[in-house]
Amino acid sequence: MTTLRADAVNQAPNQDPRSLIIEMKQVNKWFGEFHALKDIDLSVEPGERIVICGPSGSGKSTMIRCINRLEEHQKGDIIVDGIELTADVKHIDNVRREVGMVFQHFNLFPHLTVMENCTLALIWVRRMPKKDAEEAAMKYLERVKIPEQAQKYPGQLSGGQQQRVAIARSLCMNPKVMLFDEPTSALDPEMIKEVLDVMIELAEEGMTMLCVTHEMGFAKTVANRVMFMDGGEIVEQNKPDEFFTNPQYDRTKLFLSQILQH
Amino acid sequence: MAEHHTKIPWHRNPKVRSIFFQVALLAATVWVAATILGNTVENLEERGIRTGLGFMGGAAPFNVGFSPFIEYKLGESTYTDVFIIGVLNTMLVSVLGIVAATVLGFFIGVLRLSPNWLMAKIASAYIEIFRNVPLLLQIMFWNFAVFLPILPAPRQSWGLGATAFLNNRGLYLPSPIVESAAGVWLMVAAIAATIVGIIILRRWAHRRQNRTGQPFPVLRVALAAVVVVPVLAYFAGGQPFTLDFPFLDTFNFEGGMRIPTPLFALWFALTTYTASFIAEAVRGGILSVSHGQTEAAYALGLNRKRTLDLVIIPQAMRVIIPPTISQYLNLTKNSSLAVAIAYEELVNLWAGIALNQTGQALIIIAMTIAVYETLSLGTSAFLNWYNARRQLVER
Repeated sequence: MTTLRADAVNQAPNQDPRSLIIEMKQVNKWFGEFHALKDIDLSVEPGERIVICGPSGSGKSTMIRCINRLEEHQKGDIIVDGIELTADVKHIDNVRREVGMVFQHFNLFPHLTVMENCTLALIWVRRMPKKDAEEAAMKYLERVKIPEQAQKYPGQLSGGQQQRVAIARSLCMNPKVMLFDEPTSALDPEMIKEVLDVMIELAEEGMTMLCVTHEMGFAKTVANRVMFMDGGEIVEQNKPDEFFTNPQYDRTKLFLSQILQH
Repeated sequence: MAEHHTKIPWHRNPKVRSIFFQVALLAATVWVAATILGNTVENLEERGIRTGLGFMGGAAPFNVGFSPFIEYKLGESTYTDVFIIGVLNTMLVSVLGIVAATVLGFFIGVLRLSPNWLMAKIASAYIEIFRNVPLLLQIMFWNFAVFLPILPAPRQSWGLGATAFLNNRGLYLPSPIVESAAGVWLMVAAIAATIVGIIILRRWAHRRQNRTGQPFPVLRVALAAVVVVPVLAYFAGGQPFTLDFPFLDTFNFEGGMRIPTPLFALWFALTTYTASFIAEAVRGGILSVSHGQTEAAYALGLNRKRTLDLVIIPQAMRVIIPPTISQYLNLTKNSSLAVAIAYEELVNLWAGIALNQTGQALIIIAMTIAVYETLSLGTSAFLNWYNARRQLVER
């Protein structure tokens, strides 16, 4: 049913599945008795910028966390960059190398400097010499505009700076897809902009992004698809202007009226 | 900016007050201490009790049964020897207990967090049982209710071939007899060289990884070297020592060395008791690292082992180590409960037997306190240094 709804409204890309970077087919997930994801179908082409919104507990975070298997789905198929996510540890490691993730609470490693946070995976996963890893890290720290903080510890930075470090840390691994799980929700208002600016820049460079956020301004400027989830289902997805001006379902209308009224 | 235009009366000036009260307190303390010392010396003189270390050189008129490190001869060995044996025996059971309690504590602590329901419950039950029963009771339980009754008499000893025997007097093991001192020194030198070699290997591996990105399995190579080098050195040194095997004489064992049952019972009780506290420290340490850290490491493509080694353990250790070290101190001090089961450690041997024989209560108790105080302060100094080094940098 969900499939029908989603297809009815949107231009879900109907093309050769081999060119898809992410493909979810009839994905289901339960937390104990709670049915968190219900028959999720999602196809993402390279370069797409998808914003996912919805009330809390609607399954948005769970859905993107299934893409790098921080959550395990129990039914259905997930294929990322041609690799099927199963219990196979090798597959999981390979997917995680291609998919970067940014968390609501940054999750920087507090015992390592900003530089060490960025080079850790390059050194231990990509087996890169330290000097090369530091050069690569510096490049990304410059991109998020905090190269001067490289030798500090995360605890010495502001929230906005920490989140930019977290973005740089993910970018260091040169991912094909970036997942953002409410990246600005834990930030003070004046810091949200500096993080969103980095994300907008990233989108303009053509990065494939899936972003759970309630920053509707960001959705309007950057997204090519906005998705509304509720009760573990994808209720509606559309181009941003259509989505905001002409929502099809009452649940979407109600949600939009609640978050846009202030 | 903070210029005072009104003059503060001295009795309302916090600086003056603080100095005044500190001087007053110091004077009072010195007066009390001087009075106590003066009274004591006067009273001791009145009763004709000699003070001082004079008695230390005299031969001790009693036997010491367990002295694995220095030889004790009744009638020849002095009180100084007795003191040293007491300190060494305390340190022996403490070191054995600390090593075993650390291993067991980490194991139980990790087990308590296991997703396996049964394992986690077993670990919880273990902790609650051992933590909540007085240690003295546990020591007596293991010694009098477990080890002594179940172990057989010497003639019915449980033997492992002809090399080791277990009975209610203790565990009998082969003891080494030095054939060539030069050869033993060669072995010692080889082992020292191995340790230095491993340190150099670690540095080299670190530099190589920085240069080429390739990690090197230091731990595996080091473990292999620790096993192989002493064996090679033993044969290269012309087998510098041989083993003296214990054998059953008419009533008891001769030769070899004996680890007495009370040492076992004490070691066992201290280990199981302290491990329950260490387990809680370990559990707390691991739980203190938020799950987000694991998720972030996984999302970067680090596998389980690397995540533990590089992200979780370094952070958990900061929380685990301070309480664990204070448990080490407790274990060392608790070893004095051996008085109850006659293991010859410092309090039993020195503050007990030696004090009764000489009557030198003041100096003997002071020396005993000094030993524990030295061990504790040394450990605290290390702990403070460690804490300062590991503190998270924030603002």
